[in-house]
Amino acid sequence: MTTQFPPGIQLEKEDERIMTLNIGPQHPGSGHMRLIIKVDGDYIVSCDPDPGYVHRGEEKMAEHRNYLLNIPHLERPVIHDSCNILYPYCLAVEELLGTEVPERAKYIRVIASELNRCVYTMYWLGIYGIFLGHSTMFMWPMADRELLIDLLEAMTGARVTHSFFIPGGVRNDVPPNFEDRVLRQLSYFEKRLKEYEDIFYQNPVLKSRTEGTGILSREDAIRLGVTGSVLRSAGVDFDLRKKEPYDVYDNIDFETQVLKEGDSYARSRVPYLDMLESCNIIRDALTKMPTSGSVRVKLKPNPKGSADEVYRRVESGRGSLGMYLVSNGTPQPYRLKISVGSFRNIICLPYLLKGELLGNMPAVYWSLNYWPVEADR
Amino acid sequence: MGSSNSTKKPAKARPKTKRKASKKTKRKATKKIKPKTSKKTKPEVAETKPEVAETKIEVAETKPEVAETKPEVVETKPEVAEKQVPEKKPTEDLPKFEKSIADRIVSSFGTKAEIGYIRPNRIRINTKKEDIVEIAKYIRDELKFDHAESVSGVDYPDSKEIEVVYHLGSYTDPQLSKQILTLATRVPREDVPNPGKDNTRMSSLRDVFFSVEFHERECFEMLGVFFEGHPDNRRLLLPEDWADLPPLRKDFRIKGR
Repeated sequence: MTTQFPPGIQLEKEDERIMTLNIGPQHPGSGHMRLIIKVDGDYIVSCDPDPGYVHRGEEKMAEHRNYLLNIPHLERPVIHDSCNILYPYCLAVEELLGTEVPERAKYIRVIASELNRCVYTMYWLGIYGIFLGHSTMFMWPMADRELLIDLLEAMTGARVTHSFFIPGGVRNDVPPNFEDRVLRQLSYFEKRLKEYEDIFYQNPVLKSRTEGTGILSREDAIRLGVTGSVLRSAGVDFDLRKKEPYDVYDNIDFETQVLKEGDSYARSRVPYLDMLESCNIIRDALTKMPTSGSVRVKLKPNPKGSADEVYRRVESGRGSLGMYLVSNGTPQPYRLKISVGSFRNIICLPYLLKGELLGNMPAVYWSLNYWPVEADR
Repeated sequence: MGSSNSTKKPAKARPKTKRKASKKTKRKATKKIKPKTSKKTKPEVAETKPEVAETKIEVAETKPEVAETKPEVVETKPEVAEKQVPEKKPTEDLPKFEKSIADRIVSSFGTKAEIGYIRPNRIRINTKKEDIVEIAKYIRDELKFDHAESVSGVDYPDSKEIEVVYHLGSYTDPQLSKQILTLATRVPREDVPNPGKDNTRMSSLRDVFFSVEFHERECFEMLGVFFEGHPDNRRLLLPEDWADLPPLRKDFRIKGR
């Protein structure tokens, strides 16, 4: 039977004991993605992730727009983390056009991308909380991220989808008294994060559900090529902000957060520790930022890149985010490949879920720091 | 001072008139291509040229397309290239560490591996599709690159080829954490694709780098490159009943564009 189908479709014979479950794409527990899970009783035998329900063809769209028109639609995959997804694109276009970014713009970029990382991580933390039955952890991050969104709104003019980063710098300068406002919000934010620690991360119910489930060893993490918090929770010290510092990250003092356990608890804790570190980065960037100067180099209208290729990557909220830009000398990119952390991390899902209880599926799945829309692009 | 100002003024005014003239001549040039216009637009083109001159050798296939769209630019191209290529040729500027890695690959494979470029933190190796598994094994075992960051396909309908580009990185070796090794190969492209059954195929690197599994599945559905030896050659993002061309090929058109 299987030979009659094109290679895209294959059917499998079912065992009598094994039952197949479709989780998603409408089920909220799987995001915009289908998980084809086979269970034997309560235990998961195999898992087949099936993404693609929110595929929008960003890479194809990018081939038909010029370098500046590409900005608004490229941030749509992760609207909460839009500065970080535009970061590698801007770096790649700048390298292609040979543009040098002003010093002040580089610091503003660092502040914006760290604020964005916190906003994204708070959203993810809320979802992680509600799927483990912890309603307080859904309400609190959703409310507290509004304060950070207010900062970004004052900075960029939009709550989400900022379109703030452009090749050549950032779109506009920060408003007056911005520094005081950021410092005030950050001190409140850090106070709240400590409360999260008490109510969520030290919660015995959460620990019993997440500790020891879905263990990813260091060797497997390297072999599967996962990235971001999944990689760092498995004991691999790899953060692109340290390893391949872009813009001014080499001037800023901060530490990479690494845990060794590799289970769901460690995976959910690394983004939290990252948020605390982001606060330090923002403070440090504010002290080192030049007080005046331009924030943007004006590009020529409809700039043409030289016939060349560039691969640039940054550390986003979900791990390494790379863009491979091929130009043939026309104002549009000839090819733009977006390599995102979410897409690289789902590869480990079948290995983590094998032999796990079905009830632990959300704990493992959401601990991957996975954003389905970004994975599909 | 007054005299110097008076001498400067006409000098400042000159480029403005030149620009205006060049704009006018450009518009005219669309109707009738005059030989004079190429001379006037020269200084503008020359500013952006040095980068083009560097990369000309690497991406040679894209040239004809430029030639079709902008005939003016092509007139000035050869002159600039002749002047500036010899200046930039000396290999002393090449980063040493990256060059040592590339040299190790070339010394052990000879003509099978060809250096695309060497830049700070980036190396590109071009190879034939028959040799790619052998070279990838060497890169994994001897050079300690341990995972693939992305696998991208680039469609070149003019030369009837599809380029498959692997971006490889390393977690284990701290020296290599900055480096991205780009391993590229080309597979033949057929005008009427029949994904999985036609000639557009190459051997999979999944046994060498386990992390390419999903990336190769994506490349298969988006460009129709079949990876032999891949255990799971199903579609990933596209619907299962997709019957059109592979969407990232250049002849697949977006509606309304």
